[in-house]
Amino acid sequence: MAAAVASQAVAAMASVAGIAVSLASSSSSQVARLQLTTPAAPSSFGIGRCHLLTRSSATSDFGSTAPKKHAVSKVATNAVVVINSDNYGSALLYFSHELLLFEALREGLEEELDRDPTVCVIGEDVGHYGGSYKVTKGFAEKFGDWRLLDTPICENSFTGMAIGAAMTGLRPVIEGMNMGFLLLAYNQIANNCGMLHYTSGGQFTIPVVIRGPGGVGRQLGAEHSQRLESYFQSVPGLQMVACSTPYNAKGLMKAAIRSENPVILFEHVLLYNLKEKIPDEEYICCLEEAELVRPGEDITILTYSRMRYHVTQAAKTLVNKGYDPEIIDIRSLKPFDMYTIGQSVKKTHRVLIVEECMRTGGIGASLRAAIMENFFDELDAPIGCLSSQDVPTPYSGPLEELTVVQPPQIVAAVEQLCMRG
Amino acid sequence: MFFNSWLWRSRHLSRSPLLLLRSRSIFLASSCTTELLACQNASEHQHSRKLPSTVPRIRPWWNVSWSSSYRNPSMEAEKTVASGEDSYGNESKQASSTEFLDFPGGKVSYINELQFLSESSPVRVPCFQLLDEYGQVAEHACLPEVDKLLAVKMYRNMVLLQTMDTLFYEAQRQGQFTFYLTTIGEEAINIASAAALSNDDIVYAQYREPGVLLWRGFSLNEFANQCFTNNLDYGKGRQMPVHYGSSKLNYPTVSSPIATQLPHAVGAAYALKMENNPACTVTFFGDGASSEGDFHAAMNFAAVLEVPVLFICRNNGFAISTPTAEQFKSDGVVAKGQAYGMRSIRVDGNDTLAMYATIKAARVMAISESRPILIEALTYRVGHHSTSDDSAKYRKQDEMQHWKMIRDPVFRFRRWLEGQRWWDPEADKQLRSESRKEVLAAIRSAGPLKKPSLSSLFTDVYDSVPSNLKHQEEEVRATVSRHWSDYPSDVPL
Repeated sequence: MAAAVASQAVAAMASVAGIAVSLASSSSSQVARLQLTTPAAPSSFGIGRCHLLTRSSATSDFGSTAPKKHAVSKVATNAVVVINSDNYGSALLYFSHELLLFEALREGLEEELDRDPTVCVIGEDVGHYGGSYKVTKGFAEKFGDWRLLDTPICENSFTGMAIGAAMTGLRPVIEGMNMGFLLLAYNQIANNCGMLHYTSGGQFTIPVVIRGPGGVGRQLGAEHSQRLESYFQSVPGLQMVACSTPYNAKGLMKAAIRSENPVILFEHVLLYNLKEKIPDEEYICCLEEAELVRPGEDITILTYSRMRYHVTQAAKTLVNKGYDPEIIDIRSLKPFDMYTIGQSVKKTHRVLIVEECMRTGGIGASLRAAIMENFFDELDAPIGCLSSQDVPTPYSGPLEELTVVQPPQIVAAVEQLCMRG
Repeated sequence: MFFNSWLWRSRHLSRSPLLLLRSRSIFLASSCTTELLACQNASEHQHSRKLPSTVPRIRPWWNVSWSSSYRNPSMEAEKTVASGEDSYGNESKQASSTEFLDFPGGKVSYINELQFLSESSPVRVPCFQLLDEYGQVAEHACLPEVDKLLAVKMYRNMVLLQTMDTLFYEAQRQGQFTFYLTTIGEEAINIASAAALSNDDIVYAQYREPGVLLWRGFSLNEFANQCFTNNLDYGKGRQMPVHYGSSKLNYPTVSSPIATQLPHAVGAAYALKMENNPACTVTFFGDGASSEGDFHAAMNFAAVLEVPVLFICRNNGFAISTPTAEQFKSDGVVAKGQAYGMRSIRVDGNDTLAMYATIKAARVMAISESRPILIEALTYRVGHHSTSDDSAKYRKQDEMQHWKMIRDPVFRFRRWLEGQRWWDPEADKQLRSESRKEVLAAIRSAGPLKKPSLSSLFTDVYDSVPSNLKHQEEEVRATVSRHWSDYPSDVPL
């Protein structure tokens, strides 16, 4: 019986590899989703419960959050879900449900709160109010208002509080009502959160998750349109991830909570109502991995968070014009997934970075330096970087639109880069 | 006051038997505290008013700490005794509605005269003291239960702390390590608080509290290893001297920025409360730290969340060169307690017995009633702020000498011990020479040890070394091997 099951599993793996190969070679495919028969539940279709894989071929040194990794093949097997599901074709999920991004965050958080009694959420209005973006709606009734702690308004204090609680054995999730407010908590984050594990010689761990919406919204004004990933990227000891789809939002949330390191999860204000089908089965995303959105040959476009959608929109125009961009959502802002990025650069030899950060000192600036340092010989053209200007984000609608990178700019930049060399 | 709060909590008994257990134990503990506070006569201490040495443990027999996942009922909006409730949660008193103004924050009576609250009370908050400056028991003082064993142990630790500070300071001056700061003048605060706490209480220190570690069993070698940052240092050479930390002694590593440990203590207390753990957190800070934003935030949070934290302020008169007159305009730090809705007390920080009694009582209150307490211990910073400071620039030499010689807390306690016939000058001489020998031995053995290795530069940044740091480590090693002669020889690779 065991042998039969095992052989079935092997056969399934082989068929998976077969499927994977065929997907990669088809040029119209936008998605690499794999279905694997689990030995426990074989079905007459040969496709049982859907189990989305994350990429397995890279070695990750952040060992503790390792999800279930299966050494499938060298094919880029990032299980990726694209929002415009009309491009899917036949790769439908059999056991899935559709929800919005903030609901996906909520689901991930709820599963972790259920699973581990030391997980708690600390922030303003997270308790009975359910969170400013309804990510913690209904939790206070279910888990108690002590685990969903409403705090007075002092970001530095509740961040510090969460650090102290983490040192004592809890796993707090700190919610900043807006990422920009976490500037008030910068002292605790930079001096204690990132450092105490190191300065205590490893005696104390700080497994906190700091999350909240950031980025440029719709006319929210300068103070509510901060891109904090620029400011935090230098702090040693922190990990930073940015979610962009309901699938990776839930996966990253769960992985971040389970990580022993302090993780900052950047959400975007304008992405909360994104709808997508995600699997019913439990899954996590690897914190250090990037996501292949669209494979291509001509140019690598690196992006994250909301800009992913501007890039995919620009990609439609580019494809019509005959270009074949490879789009990678870098997802992990600190550390960068240099393996995926490197593989892509070696294939396309051209890079364009599209980000929402300011030109000076943003994620794009660091990424550019890292790629140049590691893959200079692979490049046929200078690394392009499209970012916001070094100005505070104005309230006025048209002005605000001008500070954010728009699809036509992306198309023009790709055309320019592809003309060289 | 306590009885009323018990009655009020008992209204919620129907919610859970757990709450019933909890409220009953709260009542019991409060009655002990009332007893303690009501102690009037000095002679009554002979009849041993016992301080509860253990806090009643509330362990539900079913493995769910349901009650600890909800806030205390008292955290709901302020209620008054009446019928009917408005949408703010205020119950309106139907009878005399003209006497009160109704606001979301509660009911307040009104007044028709334009009057401002004075910026200060006419009388400063008095300071709790048991032994006077000469070590004699003060009039009306009710001493805590301290037997010979405990008293002598406290004294021995105070002397050892003083000796360690003096000799380590000299070692820094000789260039053996780069930085040190002393606790001279604040030994009583350190040791008496440590003695009054239990080893389960988590101590978030600022930097002038190594006495707590000493009491809990941190050895002189461990102190020296941290100061010399050799390879036996628990901090692996990553923090400055005096920034000790020990997870097994419940003393998180000291972090240099002032007052950042205050919110940590509140968070840790929140964790303890969630786990129904009958311990508290204790945080020390100076008068200068009370100006930091973190102080206000932590005090406010602790009061609102009703968590068991002891905020112990060592008001030693100076924040480097800033005297307290330039630090705050209020009546010290104790006056701030009430502003946050927190119980507070001012105590003579140089009086060992008063400190001991205060912390002991505060701890019982904090744990049994799940509330924060603010303790302002008045003292004087005899030494310089640190080895980077020369306090003769901003204060008079004879003032420092006065506090060092005449108002030394160690000497004061010694006078009382000798009065009790528990100590004598011979024993003192022996203790001091023994301590000196031990400290010197620790310094001598820590100095020659190797420094932490190069690989420890990159570990513990994350839980495991990531690829980018591995890459950077390789770069450093490559640089070192190229310039071998420039690399220090006592640092292993």
